[in-house]
Amino acid sequence: MHGNRFRHNFLTALLLAPATAWLVVFLVLPFIAIAVFSVGERAPEGGYQAAFTLAQYANLPARATAFWNTMLLAPVGALACLLVAYPVAYYLALRAPQRWRLILLALVVIPFWTSLLMRTYAWMYILGGRGIPALLALVGIEDVRLINTPGAVLLGIVYGYLPLMILPIYVSLERLDRRLLEASADLGATPLSTFLGVTLKLSLPGVMTGFSLVMILLLGEYLIPTLLGGGKVFFIGNALVDLFLQSRNWPFGSAIAITLVAVSVVVLIAANRISTRVSGARRVDLI
Amino acid sequence: MRAFVTAVFAFLYLPIALVVLFSFNAGRHASEFTGFSVQWYGTALSNPFLVEALKNSLFIATTSALLAAVCGTAAALGLARVGARTRAVFDGLLGAAIVVPGVVIGISTLVALVQLFAVVNPFLASIWPGDQPPRLSLGYGSIIAAHGLFSMALVTMIVGTRLASLDRNLVEASSDLYATPLTTFRSIVLPQIMPAVVAGFLLAFTFSFDDFIVAFFVAGAQTTLPIYVFASIRRGVTPEINAIATIVLVASVFLVVLAQWQLRQRKPSN
Repeated sequence: MHGNRFRHNFLTALLLAPATAWLVVFLVLPFIAIAVFSVGERAPEGGYQAAFTLAQYANLPARATAFWNTMLLAPVGALACLLVAYPVAYYLALRAPQRWRLILLALVVIPFWTSLLMRTYAWMYILGGRGIPALLALVGIEDVRLINTPGAVLLGIVYGYLPLMILPIYVSLERLDRRLLEASADLGATPLSTFLGVTLKLSLPGVMTGFSLVMILLLGEYLIPTLLGGGKVFFIGNALVDLFLQSRNWPFGSAIAITLVAVSVVVLIAANRISTRVSGARRVDLI
Repeated sequence: MRAFVTAVFAFLYLPIALVVLFSFNAGRHASEFTGFSVQWYGTALSNPFLVEALKNSLFIATTSALLAAVCGTAAALGLARVGARTRAVFDGLLGAAIVVPGVVIGISTLVALVQLFAVVNPFLASIWPGDQPPRLSLGYGSIIAAHGLFSMALVTMIVGTRLASLDRNLVEASSDLYATPLTTFRSIVLPQIMPAVVAGFLLAFTFSFDDFIVAFFVAGAQTTLPIYVFASIRRGVTPEINAIATIVLVASVFLVVLAQWQLRQRKPSN
């Protein structure tokens, strides 16, 4: 009996060992490393020099534009995604003919797993000088600038993250007990109040999961502002690339990264609280 | 509502369709389609830098996805055998590996590895008997490891979900009939979780093949396909990039459809 138990534990440890090593070496230790770096100083030739100072955090306002752009466009972008995604998820879960449902769902999933770089490139192509502006010039509307504007970045965000917003909302709507909708209608509720009081309320965990995931990924977004914002719409991601790969101010970059992670954690906790309070359910897991 | 949904699907697919269409354009410009041609595919595939980047990406994606499939499946099996508290710790870490933005994963891995190399390389040099001690540096290994983190977490979650819905009766019946644990695993558990393992591998491959931002930080002197494409895009839009984009898009769509099909496979009935 004793030997059996030992063997059981040994096998469990063996199964978990590679994943544990990976998580520790490539997730936990790197995180500790940037936490330590963020209270250090920049070495004269770039990189890091050991110290204990909060100067890097005090210096955060030096990158205020990047923070401002990100903190503005991330929630606005997530909200825009949500407004487009909800009707689609609703249709897929509750209105689409059964035999179409899986195909339509697959059509949502495919872009989610398709290179964001290539998908953003598509919009560079469309919004760039030889795309829509050239077509507009043909009908006499000259000098329209679409690319390298905040609007182009917002469009790219909605395009890039729409599938990630649709999926969790779909999952929560699909699980919804249809009898509740019938009961609500039978009890004399108008379609609107059934939607607000039942459908929307019960799908809120999906909404909050989608919103917080999209928002967190947007906080670290680099490709979309770089390719569609053309150096005019700077995000935190751009600041991090600059600080780590160009000007090599690693301690300052680490302080920004730690701040970004802290904001993400706050967003996750807030989203979880809201969905627990309103619908009594926890967040929807995507996978 | 149907009109709106149709419009959204058009919004999702028209830009991609346009990229594909213009990869077959005989002319250079996006504003006019001057005739059908595959010349840009020829140009793309005769570019040695591009072919090199493509080979690198294929190697990195295959290796990291294989590692992730093996370690992730092992982890999912291990997690089914531990208590709630250990499980919660792992779930938190795996969730973090998936949710933390790539830019943060990229820089923190870069910082940690550079510090590690600064310690290990002098040590290797001091104990190495020959003239040319091995030097660890950023490259294939660091990209594979960093991609593997996300991929392994993904595989663990997908396989874990499948394990949770596994028919326990079959497992018990098997051991009641005196099958060894290994036989039970091979003939009952493995066939049931295999579609999830394959789907996890395919999605991990797709992720690694498409990832730009993590590789951008930890690639060192190596170039992956997305890094190469990103650099060319910044120099300007050309039909050659459309041709590469089309190849990559078709490959990812194929892999994702295959993965979805695997996940929807019915469990073997006997």
